[in-house]
Amino acid sequence: MLELRAITAGYDRRAPAVRDATLTVSPGEAVGLLGPSGCGKSTLARVAALLHRPDSGEVVVDGTPVRRWRHRAPRELRTAFGVVFQQPRLSADPRLRLTDLIAEPLRATGRRASVPGRVADLAGTVGLTPDLLTRRPHEVSDGQLQRACLARALVLRPRWLICDEMTAMLDASTTAALVGVVEDYRASTGAGLLAVGHDRTLLDRWCDRTAGWHTVTPPALVCGT
Amino acid sequence: MTERTPVLSVRGLSVRFLLPGGRRVAAVTDAHFDVAPGECLALIGESGCGKSVLASALLGLLPANAQTAGGALLGELDLLTAGEHTLARTVRGRRIGLIPQSPAAHLTPVRTIRSQTEETVARLTGVRGRAALRAAAERAAGRAEFPADHLDRYPHELSGGLAQRAATALALIGDAPLLLADEPTTGLDRDLVDRTVDELRRHVDADGGRALLMITHDLAAAERVADRVAVMYAGRIVELTDAKAFFGTPGPRHPYSRGLLDALPDRAFTPIPGMPPELGALPAGCAFAARCDRATGDCAVLPPLTDSVACHHPVPAAAPEDIRA
Repeated sequence: MLELRAITAGYDRRAPAVRDATLTVSPGEAVGLLGPSGCGKSTLARVAALLHRPDSGEVVVDGTPVRRWRHRAPRELRTAFGVVFQQPRLSADPRLRLTDLIAEPLRATGRRASVPGRVADLAGTVGLTPDLLTRRPHEVSDGQLQRACLARALVLRPRWLICDEMTAMLDASTTAALVGVVEDYRASTGAGLLAVGHDRTLLDRWCDRTAGWHTVTPPALVCGT
Repeated sequence: MTERTPVLSVRGLSVRFLLPGGRRVAAVTDAHFDVAPGECLALIGESGCGKSVLASALLGLLPANAQTAGGALLGELDLLTAGEHTLARTVRGRRIGLIPQSPAAHLTPVRTIRSQTEETVARLTGVRGRAALRAAAERAAGRAEFPADHLDRYPHELSGGLAQRAATALALIGDAPLLLADEPTTGLDRDLVDRTVDELRRHVDADGGRALLMITHDLAAAERVADRVAVMYAGRIVELTDAKAFFGTPGPRHPYSRGLLDALPDRAFTPIPGMPPELGALPAGCAFAARCDRATGDCAVLPPLTDSVACHHPVPAAAPEDIRA
């Protein structure tokens, strides 16, 4: 169970981007979080992925309340999450070849030995050819780079996937392909998914249920009067 | 479509990039299309298929290692052979208005919208004098429904939708007969996409002489605004047809176009198998054959664009008289 309880978070304590948001994802469940741009849904996704410390509220992962965030979070909690962001260009180190981009989480967690096998395996899953794996981000298209970013998110076999507008920059065919990869992974591992987006048609098709932003945060508290 | 002289007439446009080591990348190959006054043509295709290179070619903004062939006539002027001086002084902003992909990056971050609008008005029109410029800038903002009380803001203080309107306002100032929109809706949410393309449509309809070429991978946006659709795959236009027929019945005729529509979440939501070919190593025949379930031996020969579709075995059109062998 991934539980977000009464989360208030943002970048300025006087004007939080998210107020009092509550959302639960069961193991194996796919939840879509739908909201317009600028509503705070990406901030909530960052909190759920342990990448942003909330000002108040509680995140409980499989019964364990989260006490520390980002690099301070315990490794077994950090590696339970795979995250895919909206803009692959901004979330990929431009110096790394795609193969190293995908292998980075394995190296960072002392699993070098499994790099060749896992990378080849995942490259096939997300549809990257060996020729593409030797290139750096500026030599591939947005769609190809996002495929690599999804492979990186799956490489540690996370129990929870957070996809923040994963397909907003992509064409229809690449979108369908990447959603297919996520769903195949979930079917084989039972991982839970929080997919954040603004496209209701896509989220309704992809997820078990879609939560509108207004059902996650209480509307009465807007502007904090 | 129409009897009137097209605003833009692209004839056999090709763009090659020369890379170190003698490699050549065929970004656009033999593109033919017209855009008529009052018409919106949507150019759609997967990312990396050459759509934006085509836009850069029309504006003369290709990098130095690019070679072009063919022609792109804007009235009497061939955009491909025109010199930089002509393009800078008479074309960009004046005869082609560019609506950019990312307005937040297109606007100058250190100056207010008012200052950028006034500068554009001063450069492109005969308006002179402080008060007159101020008034003209406010009128220009009003045409794109940019709120006057936000004119003194900097680009980072605007939402995505307002930044888009500011960029549109700048593009409209020169009264250009051709609007070129390069992925104008990337990253916007659905309501904002609808509003943005409706506004573009309004600017085409408001003055019947204006034409819009919209480059996009957002099929829903294309369906909403376009009169005709050109589908690009691996640098070639593989289908050029009426938008109503394309998105409705009988639907697209090229297997690639069908695959693209079938990938939409409100349709089959199945991806086209495989990936597009590298533009530096295109096959001699049909570039889509490797991913196509209708491919046969014929596909080793390049199919010409006949009867709105470039395929040896297109999906039959509804009316039998449209089919040619």
